[in-house]
Amino acid sequence: MSVVDSRPQQPIIRVQGLRTVLGGHTIHQDLDLEVRRGEVLGVVGGSGTGKSVLLRTIVGLIRPAGGTVEVFGEDMATLKDGERRACETRWGVLFQDGALFSSLTVAQNVEVPLREHLRLPQRLMDEIAALKISMVGLPASSGAKFPSELSGGMRKRAGLARALALDPEIVFLDEPTAGLDPIGAAAFDELINALQRRLGLTVFMVTHDLDSLDTSCDRIAVLAEKQVLLTGTMHEMLAHDHPWVREYFHGPRARAALAAETAGPEAHA
Amino acid sequence: MHRWALWFVVDAAAASRARVPGAPYQGFGCMHAKTMPPAWIELRAPARGDSTPELHAGGSWRIANARQLDRELMRLAVPGDRVIVDMAALEALDTAGAWLLYRTLKLFRTQRKEVALRGARDEHQAMLREVAANDHPCEVDPPYVPTLLRILDRVGRATVDVMKAARDFIAFFGAVTVTLMRCVWRPRRLRWTALVFQMEQVGFNALPIVGLIAFLIGVVLAYQGAVQLQRLGAEVFVVDLIAVSVLREIGILLTAIVVAGRSGSAFTAQIGSMKANEEVDAMRTLGMDPLEVLVLPRVLALVLTLPMLAFFADILGLLGGGLMAWIALDISPVMFIERLRQAVSLWSFLIGIIKAPFFAALIALVGCYEGLQVTGSAESVGIRTTRAVVEAIFLVIVMDALFSIFFSTIGV
Ligand SMILES: Nc1ncnc2c1ncn2[C@@H]1O[C@H](COP(=O)(O)OP(=O)(O)O)[C@@H](O)[C@H]1O
Ligand SMILES: [Mg+2]
Repeated sequence: MSVVDSRPQQPIIRVQGLRTVLGGHTIHQDLDLEVRRGEVLGVVGGSGTGKSVLLRTIVGLIRPAGGTVEVFGEDMATLKDGERRACETRWGVLFQDGALFSSLTVAQNVEVPLREHLRLPQRLMDEIAALKISMVGLPASSGAKFPSELSGGMRKRAGLARALALDPEIVFLDEPTAGLDPIGAAAFDELINALQRRLGLTVFMVTHDLDSLDTSCDRIAVLAEKQVLLTGTMHEMLAHDHPWVREYFHGPRARAALAAETAGPEAHA
Repeated sequence: MHRWALWFVVDAAAASRARVPGAPYQGFGCMHAKTMPPAWIELRAPARGDSTPELHAGGSWRIANARQLDRELMRLAVPGDRVIVDMAALEALDTAGAWLLYRTLKLFRTQRKEVALRGARDEHQAMLREVAANDHPCEVDPPYVPTLLRILDRVGRATVDVMKAARDFIAFFGAVTVTLMRCVWRPRRLRWTALVFQMEQVGFNALPIVGLIAFLIGVVLAYQGAVQLQRLGAEVFVVDLIAVSVLREIGILLTAIVVAGRSGSAFTAQIGSMKANEEVDAMRTLGMDPLEVLVLPRVLALVLTLPMLAFFADILGLLGGGLMAWIALDISPVMFIERLRQAVSLWSFLIGIIKAPFFAALIALVGCYEGLQVTGSAESVGIRTTRAVVEAIFLVIVMDALFSIFFSTIGV
């Protein structure tokens, strides 16, 4: 998207000194994270380290106990309700399994944010819904189907279409390929990559999928010990010597994923 | 200079679709152009006769301005058979803006105009290409079914569903009975810990609410009775009224309804969430019978405790009635007890208590049955829980009516 940015150095998301407490447990302590405009950031970490909580905190579903969350250069805590809502239209969130409204068809689901935030004529909304459904690679016939009639992979695509309805600048994805078969997962990775490039999206992606990390992400952030332990490219991850990071990126699964990646070009050469 | 836009694929005429009636909900529209830089289009008509009209698009063609752009584009009328679309002043273009532009270009094409794009930045062209590649209209609403057909369809389905549910429930009742027999044969199979735990849950813990409601109903009954009977000078019969209605009907019925709402629903929710979480399947693969492990302790617990709860409700109901009779009619406790002995036979009390285990079995069976009907989703747990309560209360009242007929036939 050709967004004219007056401050290109400014990160699109900046989390500083974040502290989150849930049910008496401190999930994050002094967590810092920056996401740059136009990049795909992969967030990894052990189960229960608070990756989903971090995502939910940034999009405002969880109130932080301390620290600041800035998105688009605005401190989320100090915004008035109207300004918050305006900000919320500039990002889209894809929840696990799509979180589609089960009583609406796929196309009606895509129209929900349009209806809520804009006053468009019905015909234009239908056109935009059809456009988004096609963009996420769903056949036109799925528009009038209910979520329960779709497969898991299709529901995720439909959820992505809804997340993209308002042409957001940032897309948040929570484990988008979890629960998909390897073919579906690879196709979904490819879709996210393609859309990210063509629409100039910033993507914040929580994932455990080493293939996704390797093929889709510009940078990786490792969440451990209640903080973002390090951020960097795959190369930097591989060179790092923190025990968990080593285990994660040098384990048998990681080796297989990376081997497949590096073997590809050589085979062609 | 003019690059003729040949990449641009013209689709067949846009599919026109009939919409299902029903007013669409309109949101607050807070994304309005207030905070957004504006967007504009301008038609520069030819000064001389032979030059081509130029359509200039500029500003921020983003979704926040889509409403305004849509309206202006609809009004647009371009003369002649050639048009130049100038995008040089375009600052931002998202997919919604690109769609509007693409749609306009498509319209020009169907009007057999020659279209030339001018001054488009690379990224704007890419965006146009993106929407052109995704111009696949789709249906939005579910297939329309005529109202009459839909009503018939629903009635038919509901009838078949009720029949099926009745059949399955009877089968379930049979299976639980068989399991019960097996456990009677070998009492060690019974889950005693679970049974005692459930008795505490459904019996002991229900005492406060059941007692309070029974007491209050006793008070209300005595007061209303007193007001009516005082007019006839037959105050003392208020004791008969309270005693017979509480002991025969209200004590047990009220208890059963409270327990259906409290414990029947809990059974469904507990077993249902285990079913949704595949715990019930896991149990089966481990060689445990869910009927024996989950259902039997609950059914037995309720069958054993509901008579006691009903007895408790009887006492509290009489207490409330007695208190009110004392306050409102000056019938002293001694007089009350005296009158009570004359007014009620043992049968009045027994008729209430006899019904209790039957109601208990019904409530528990319905609760457990609905719990085991849960499939996968969390939504289904909610639906089944609601259904369990409604069905249990309905069936309890039907059974109570049958009991009334039965008791009046045998004359007690
Ligand atoms: N709403 C909540 N209330 C209390 N604790 C929560 C809540 N949501 C998550 N947690 C806890 O926070 C921790 C991090 O959860 P989560 O972010 O979901 O982990 P993950 O990194 O696997 O996505 C977990 O220990 C979880 O139990
Ligand atoms: Mg998670």
